[in-house]
Amino acid sequence: MLAYLIRRVGQALLVIAAMATIVFVSIYAVGNPVDILANPNADAKEMAEISARLGLDKPLWEQFGLFVWNALHGDLGRSFVFNEPALKLIIQRMPATLELAFVALIMSIFIGIPLGVWAGLKPDAWSSRTIMSGSILGFSLPNFWIGLMLILLFAVQLKWLPSGGRGPTTSLFGIQVSFLTWEGLRYLLLPAFTLALYKAALVVRLSRSGTREAVLQDYVRFARAKGLSPTRIVLVHVLKNIMIPIVTILGLELGSMIAFAVVTETVFAYPGMGKLLIDSIGRLDRPVIVAYLMMVVVIFVVINLIVDLLYAALDPRVRLQESEG
Amino acid sequence: MSAPILSIHDLKVEFGTRQGVVKAVDGVSLNVYRGEVLGLVGESGSGKSVTGLSILGLIDPPGRIASGSIKLEGTELIGLPEDELRRLRGERMAMIFQDPMTTLNPVLRIDTQMIETIRAHENVSERAARSRAEEALKRVGIPSPAERLLTYPHQLSGGMRQRVAIAIALLMSPALLVADEPTTALDVTIQSQIIAEVQQLCSETGTALIWITHDLAVVAGLADRIAVMYAGRIVEEGDVDPVLDHPRHPYTYGLLGSAPSNNRRGEKLAQIPGMTPSLANLPSGCAFAPRCAFAQGDCSTAPPTLTHDGSRAWRCFHPVPDREDVR
Ligand SMILES: Nc1ncnc2c1ncn2[C@@H]1O[C@H](COP(=O)(O)OP(=O)(O)O)[C@@H](O)[C@H]1O
Ligand code: SF4
Ligand SMILES: [Mg+2]
Repeated sequence: MLAYLIRRVGQALLVIAAMATIVFVSIYAVGNPVDILANPNADAKEMAEISARLGLDKPLWEQFGLFVWNALHGDLGRSFVFNEPALKLIIQRMPATLELAFVALIMSIFIGIPLGVWAGLKPDAWSSRTIMSGSILGFSLPNFWIGLMLILLFAVQLKWLPSGGRGPTTSLFGIQVSFLTWEGLRYLLLPAFTLALYKAALVVRLSRSGTREAVLQDYVRFARAKGLSPTRIVLVHVLKNIMIPIVTILGLELGSMIAFAVVTETVFAYPGMGKLLIDSIGRLDRPVIVAYLMMVVVIFVVINLIVDLLYAALDPRVRLQESEG
Repeated sequence: MSAPILSIHDLKVEFGTRQGVVKAVDGVSLNVYRGEVLGLVGESGSGKSVTGLSILGLIDPPGRIASGSIKLEGTELIGLPEDELRRLRGERMAMIFQDPMTTLNPVLRIDTQMIETIRAHENVSERAARSRAEEALKRVGIPSPAERLLTYPHQLSGGMRQRVAIAIALLMSPALLVADEPTTALDVTIQSQIIAEVQQLCSETGTALIWITHDLAVVAGLADRIAVMYAGRIVEEGDVDPVLDHPRHPYTYGLLGSAPSNNRRGEKLAQIPGMTPSLANLPSGCAFAPRCAFAQGDCSTAPPTLTHDGSRAWRCFHPVPDREDVR
């Protein structure tokens, strides 16, 4: 177990180092931030001053060396625009995004699993066909369009829910969260649903195919021969087996939900990390962009590790010591 | 003799397939008495499993029981509401299957899978159920049962898993156990141990046993009576020794006759030339006619009816002459 963890953390550090290099070099190639930061009628001297102040006049290898050195000390640079540590800006916005992603994840599970299992148990029923057609829509409709339609319907027409922004927050272990109050939750519902829809469609598909496969297995037939109730067979025997792939895939998808909540956050003017990223790209605020991408890599790596541990906990046949990679 | 525990009359089971309606079981009648062991024998695809599953009410679409009657301890099972059928399964009738590697749920511990069975039928505490589960494991010859209860199926060998399945099937002391080739996947020594144990347990509790197999050696040593199936019909039935010593149906005769050795032990079903017919389009007369060495012109006009002789019966126009000893 310990050896496994050490090996995994080693791999994780390698991935992070590789990402740091790629991200830094590729961002360097995109535009000159001074053009955007400087006053439109600034002369060449002023431009050079700004460039020197931000360290942009140094050659690439020197900038990169400095970046790595600082990163090792926990400093991912200061935002050109806000003149604050980039990491701090991102961490400030992180609870909002994490909260959004988790609510979306929970929604996708609670929508996806019951519908998928139902469709798997009754593959020929019209209700199941409807569910499966619905899941194709969930896959293919673009995120931003769903967001806009939800805003039109629930915020503009029915006026039930706010159209954007983040609701009032309360402090939970020192972190500002909004899901604890109804008023805060109201702001979360639409963006979380928008983000959840694609994943819910995925969960529907996974649960359906898992269920269809599981009900044909000998252990289900034996469970029926034992006289178990259909409810117990589905909720215990089938669900426990199909949860293994679902948890694995959803866990991995959580990373992408956090990282790419960008579109949803933009549509709903939701002040999370994704919105910060879009704003920073617009202003060529390199340190923030780099810090964001680094953060996302770290989140991905951590989630992957947790998923592996969870997978082993769910499936007794998996032993971590034996698994390669 | 007292009333049979299981009485099947003219059972017909059909599967709707792309090739048409398949009559997997076509007019099977059987009686099984308390404490009796019936060997149900036949080549693969002859309808043995479908017969067994029909008894438990486990035929799923595209299959359906088209007609007939199945009575367990006097209760008609066909048409019984699903919930009442569920209560009988595991309690009055049980079934074990061929592959012990897939019969137990891989992600649930043995104790979970045993305790849930008891609690599906009886309102007992978890602790009482656990101690009964432990007792049941001990009875099927599993060493240190308390520890085994805490393991997952993959931690046990195939033989141990089949023993667990047997223990589960016998937990509620059912009146009938249907064993569908439960030792086919196991090696020979373990096979004979398990057969001996099941025989012992069933005779202790008076549980009637239907042992489905294609291994004549198993039937010879275990069964009181034998029923031979071909293409969804029982073609010969009777007490095990007379049927195996002097088979009257050419199919039974063929199974035994072309066996390589005169020793019944270790004998598998012999290869009879030809193929099992497609059930979707059976010949109009006797289904065995295309492969039968005794066939004559009238065999393909109509299906042969049952001929009774004392405790045995066969379905053939031109049976093997009596007293023709195959050994
Ligand atoms: N699920 C099914 N779908 C279609 N046909 C089936 C199905 N199960 C069984 N059958 C038909 O029933 C016949 C008998 O099957 P089975 O009882 O399993 O034979 P066995 O004697 O080998 O146990 C098969 O040959 C097949 O034609
Ligand atoms: S009825 Fe005819 S074809 Fe069928 S088994 Fe008897 S002899 Fe053979
Ligand atoms: Mg079979």
